[in-house]
Amino acid sequence: MQIDLGNLAALALGCTVSAGGGGGDPRIGELMAAEAIERCGPVEVRPLSSFGEAEVIMPCGMIGAPTVMMEKIPHGAEGRIIRETYEKQFGLPVAALMPFELGGLNGVLPVAWAAHAGLPLLDGDLMGRAFPELHMLTPHLSGMSGSPAVITDERRQTIVFDARDNVWLEKLVRNCVAALGGSACGGLYTMTAAEAAGPVIEGTVTRALGIGEALRRDGEDRVAAVARVTPLARLGQGKIIDIERRATGRFVQGSTLIEGHGVDAGRLFRLEFQNENLVLLEDGAPLATVPDVITLLNAHTGHGLVTEETRYGQRVEIVVFPAPAAWTSAAGLAAVGPRAFGYDFDFVPVQVSGG
Amino acid sequence: MAEHDELRVGVDVGGTNTDAVLLDGRNRLLAKIKHPTTPDVTTGLLSALQQVLRQEPDAAARVGRVMVGTTHATNAILHRRNLRRVATVRLGGPATHAVPPLRGWPADLRASISCGETIVDGGVEMTGEPLVPLDEDAVRRFLDSVSEQAEGIAVAGVFSPVLPDQEYRVEELVAEVLGERPVSLSHEVGSLGLLERENATVLNAALVEVAEQVTAGLQNALSALGISVETFVAQNDGTVMSLDYARRYPILTIGSGPTNSMRGAGHLTGERDALVVDVGATTTVMGMLTQGFPRESTAPVDVGGVRTNFRMPDLVSLSLGGGTMVGPPGTGILDAGSVGNRLSAEALVFGGGVPTLIDAAVAAGRAAVGDVGRTTGHTRLLHRAVAACDTRLAEAVDRVKASAREVPLIAVGGGSALVPQDLPGVLTVHRPEHHEVANAIGAAVAGVSGAVDRVFSYVNGREEAIAEAVRLARDEAIRAGADPGLVDVVEVEEIPLAYLTQPVARLRVKAAGPLRMP
Repeated sequence: MQIDLGNLAALALGCTVSAGGGGGDPRIGELMAAEAIERCGPVEVRPLSSFGEAEVIMPCGMIGAPTVMMEKIPHGAEGRIIRETYEKQFGLPVAALMPFELGGLNGVLPVAWAAHAGLPLLDGDLMGRAFPELHMLTPHLSGMSGSPAVITDERRQTIVFDARDNVWLEKLVRNCVAALGGSACGGLYTMTAAEAAGPVIEGTVTRALGIGEALRRDGEDRVAAVARVTPLARLGQGKIIDIERRATGRFVQGSTLIEGHGVDAGRLFRLEFQNENLVLLEDGAPLATVPDVITLLNAHTGHGLVTEETRYGQRVEIVVFPAPAAWTSAAGLAAVGPRAFGYDFDFVPVQVSGG
Repeated sequence: MAEHDELRVGVDVGGTNTDAVLLDGRNRLLAKIKHPTTPDVTTGLLSALQQVLRQEPDAAARVGRVMVGTTHATNAILHRRNLRRVATVRLGGPATHAVPPLRGWPADLRASISCGETIVDGGVEMTGEPLVPLDEDAVRRFLDSVSEQAEGIAVAGVFSPVLPDQEYRVEELVAEVLGERPVSLSHEVGSLGLLERENATVLNAALVEVAEQVTAGLQNALSALGISVETFVAQNDGTVMSLDYARRYPILTIGSGPTNSMRGAGHLTGERDALVVDVGATTTVMGMLTQGFPRESTAPVDVGGVRTNFRMPDLVSLSLGGGTMVGPPGTGILDAGSVGNRLSAEALVFGGGVPTLIDAAVAAGRAAVGDVGRTTGHTRLLHRAVAACDTRLAEAVDRVKASAREVPLIAVGGGSALVPQDLPGVLTVHRPEHHEVANAIGAAVAGVSGAVDRVFSYVNGREEAIAEAVRLARDEAIRAGADPGLVDVVEVEEIPLAYLTQPVARLRVKAAGPLRMP
């Protein structure tokens, strides 16, 4: 399996769906990857089982505001700089890159770096979706430290973090990114293939690719095509009739009202988000919640909608993908379940019907 | 001359027709003319002006202002004609190398425009602090290397809409190294999003030749008529710019046709917040007027196969018009294409044999043209077509509207009879007289504007940040010639940025008003 100029667009499209409303527009990452693949060749995507136990895997991505990166585009060597910094730290060569977040911009950015570095990409990630904070990654659940973490900016400055714990790491990195101008690139939770066997959510790169390819096929029910790639629930279709957004400091919070259409005429859905979509409500009761991945698909284009882009009048289909198993464990729900985001109810696992 | 005596001329040079109107000092229509557009433009323009002025005694001497809208720039890009060779300077190194300038352009367009690109160290952060100092030597070396070929220079700096100083500095360096050579600066062309803004800037630099031809043609036509007054060119946001500015920023004319049509429709009905739908033979275009101006698109806009982000009206286009064929069984009822300009021969009501949407409108009693008797054998099919057309229009209404509030709709264009009197979410439907020259009227009543699109920190409060953005937009409108007492804020959009430590938002503010009287 490889990512080349023929299937890169499908991967980017799949990343808009797997993000659950967050993660930013993947476009700048897609352009970077296209440029890197053109110059350096396609990127090999390999399963975890193909790596030797001691081989080093480097999870990476951008940290900060994707909107800033639309201006301050990376130079393209970030992946190599992070890797070299790690190699100096560990004295071991990095064998593969891996997206730490398979959703939005971060689902495609590591493809550009892998092409540039001539390294394979591991078929997996540490979120299985998009989340806002650095301790919302699967290795945190098993007590693994995100440190040493490496951040680099477009001036080729690098900073290595050795934090007391992952909550501190999030705080230090986030403030450092602000000082660097609102966006930077980083690696964290770098681990051996043996260590990766627990936390890595496998197959997410090929899954996003499959979702994107299904959405790009013409002349059929797109969502049904996606359901053949990965289990999902269709919770409703309708029109966005109101959207409210506010900047609360570290997050953009708000809600979207969706009026049911077609078979869902007469229903009213309320989708609440904090960077990513958190809960889908009907008559005050949750139909779906984090950590399940709630995505609004644009009914005209099939794209997953980023919360920044939703606006009145858009026709949408509400689809929900079951969360990776790591997030539905007791520890997972404590970290990213509805109560972790301030809701007074428990996780409502979505009921998946066969494709 | 007292201002209420002053006449105003509005002209719209379209692909098919050159329309001209004459308005009095209170913006009332005195005369109108439709004239075929000629290949050299000037001949048709001169002829249209002559004919419209002839309808009012002593008109040429009483004209105080001439406003012109044209599609020249669009056509030049589509046909790769009269484009200048451009050298592109991006200020963004060591960042931004991952995606070089002009990536993704159609190869032939790139070949006919670009004579070199470079990325030099420079650019600023979203706060305006420098990313790294501008590498002036690298700029000089690049300019030297393209001095033979470059007919224009495009300059795009990272976050230049926040702080344009480095772009101005490069303009000085061009003068120093190359002497007189047109320069296009990205912060004056596009908004946030470096690649799209840079693309728009390069296209702009390539269009300078076209702009000079148009402005020269216009000046020749006017002096042939003995008119020497202030002349303006319509921009795509419902405002006008001086000839000098149009020579420098021709790309801002792209999309002025639909904008003028919407502004003209608003003027004819007195509505300031309304949907405008323009139904032709093949296509229907719908947009939204807010406070008298077309709402702008926030998404990137494709110009000749290139992604750009300069302000464009936010429009929904449907392949739906009077000539749309009502489909044979097997295809979607409205998906069989259009008979286009053969409508007057092929539609049933005009004696032809093809059921079209104009036949459907006649059968439904919405239009009274041709012979309704010829539709009788097709009644059921035509009724289904009307219903399908209404559904598509209703969907377009929802896509264009910004909120659930009911708003009026203004229907213009040759196929506007298709628009039903009742549409969900629509308060009333207006069908104004003179709608066939709405374009030229829109040009004649255009105002001037100022806009801000930047990232603002809310550290000192959200209200303060918005007030600052509003002040900057108003000041710019006044500098552009707006009457300070009549400038209104017509659009404020707030997009909070996620994943940062402090509240930060992108604010887009636009202020506009009528031109100050001389």
